[in-house]
Amino acid sequence: MGNVIRSEWTKIWSVRSTPWTLLILVIATAGISVLISWGETTHLDSPGAPARSAIDVTYDSLAGLSLGQLAIAVLGVLVVTTEYSTGGIKATLTAVPNRLRVLAAKGIVFAIVATVVGMITSFVTFYVTMPFWSHQHLAAHIGDPGVLRAIIGAGLYILASGMFGFALGAVIRHTAGAITAAVALLLVVPPLMNLLPGTWGKDIYKVFTSNAGSMIATTMPQSDHLSPWPGYIAMTIWWVVPLILGAYLIQRRDA
Amino acid sequence: MIEARGLTKRFGDKVAVDDLSFVVEPGVVTGFLGPNGAGKSTTMRMILGLDHPTRGQALVNGHPYARAKAPMREVGALLDAKDVHGGRTAHAHLKSLAQSNGLPGKRVEEVLDLVGMREVADKRIKGFSLGMSQRLGIAAAMLGDPQILMFDEPVNGLDPEGILWIRRFMQREAANGRTVFVSSHLMSEMALTAEHLIVIGRGKLLADTSVTDFIAQNSAGGVRVRTPQVEELRDAFDRAGIKVTDVDKYLQVEGMSTDEVGDLAAANHITIHELFAQRSSLEEAFMEMTRDSVEYHAQMGDEPALDPAAMVGGTK
Repeated sequence: MGNVIRSEWTKIWSVRSTPWTLLILVIATAGISVLISWGETTHLDSPGAPARSAIDVTYDSLAGLSLGQLAIAVLGVLVVTTEYSTGGIKATLTAVPNRLRVLAAKGIVFAIVATVVGMITSFVTFYVTMPFWSHQHLAAHIGDPGVLRAIIGAGLYILASGMFGFALGAVIRHTAGAITAAVALLLVVPPLMNLLPGTWGKDIYKVFTSNAGSMIATTMPQSDHLSPWPGYIAMTIWWVVPLILGAYLIQRRDA
Repeated sequence: MIEARGLTKRFGDKVAVDDLSFVVEPGVVTGFLGPNGAGKSTTMRMILGLDHPTRGQALVNGHPYARAKAPMREVGALLDAKDVHGGRTAHAHLKSLAQSNGLPGKRVEEVLDLVGMREVADKRIKGFSLGMSQRLGIAAAMLGDPQILMFDEPVNGLDPEGILWIRRFMQREAANGRTVFVSSHLMSEMALTAEHLIVIGRGKLLADTSVTDFIAQNSAGGVRVRTPQVEELRDAFDRAGIKVTDVDKYLQVEGMSTDEVGDLAAANHITIHELFAQRSSLEEAFMEMTRDSVEYHAQMGDEPALDPAAMVGGTK
């Protein structure tokens, strides 16, 4: 297993798309977060703005996550689907015919990369946005209740989004299809779930991918949402289930 | 050693490989010959465990390939040279493969030298010509110094120099005692490369024989003769009990050499304008054998086929 993990480590870092995607992830997440923090802190006293005490400063400062989740999901998709689109899967599976081992090694390597980059992204984002908030005497501090958990949670959310893309890639095997599915399910569909009627509609909205997973980055209870850890567990189920399906399919399908 | 036992693969209604059984022995180049779409690639994919057989099994050194403890030390395979991530360098590609089987890093340098690619090792693969990609694929196959080599149409699209290089490479490795199994849709290529032949058409085994025997059995002989005195000559053959048929302006004679036909004509005072031994080429023999099993017929009427050696091209 160690051999296959080393091999996948070499693979993921020997294509240009990896460093580029990760760089874009960090810059876009931090950049969007800065813009949102700047905008929000500028309009604090305008009519219609929420009360200062009602603002979840940590969560809002990490708002760029909605973009970061897509970048890591796309990389997760590509890690699997480029094997199929390039035909490299034949060499991979000829070298290591144990397909579960290949999928597991790929998953472990990608999870390590996603976690490290996720943590870097969340801490960088938190610290570059705080000056805007401290200007308004609202800055959150790492020692405040829930703040450290929220920042680490944002990193873990990057991991979960990446694994969601990875799992979709393993099931769908086609780059365009898997990326479309990932973007739809992480970004487009979750807010639409709010339109579902009744209490069951609210329940579906609560547990739906990013609606649930992003709660790990909050420090205050959010109405109509799950609390941090239950939300993160729901998000984890969203990627574990397709990954199990992908693990079943990779053994059953012809390569 | 590679062994197929009743190997069968269905894709929906279509039977790609049909109850195929054969053994590929070490020490010689074994050609795997068949028209395009005959099931050669599918068979090779099943041997490597990439496709699951519908029935039957493929064994490598007596066990299914998927159970190999050190896969790359057992089999080196090249299916399609373009099946690599073009964004990687040749060195990174080989390194990742070597690592997956715990092979020492120096093997990467060794196989790069073997195929003469050390200078381009740090170039990205997408800039490689087909010939270079083929060499890279062969380098990858040789990483584990495997006992069995399996190549799918390795000379396809190569220039003559590349073809010669691969042909010599395979013959040398077979002479070193390896099992070399190579597919082709060109009989002429196999006649030059292989010692043993496994011929398939529409997924079925048509022949499993040495190249020498294949040539002896399939090169139809016969003699053609042209004469202004057709009826007299026909009567002379009749009296000698020899069967002749009309082919264009010739009489086609079976069971007589050109010497005997000449003597017979002289004895009967018949003028001969033309007399020659008719030898169909190996390519024609192969096409004759697979005529009923070719996937897509081109409409060529009675015209002789173009020289297939001139049609080296993609089969994928």
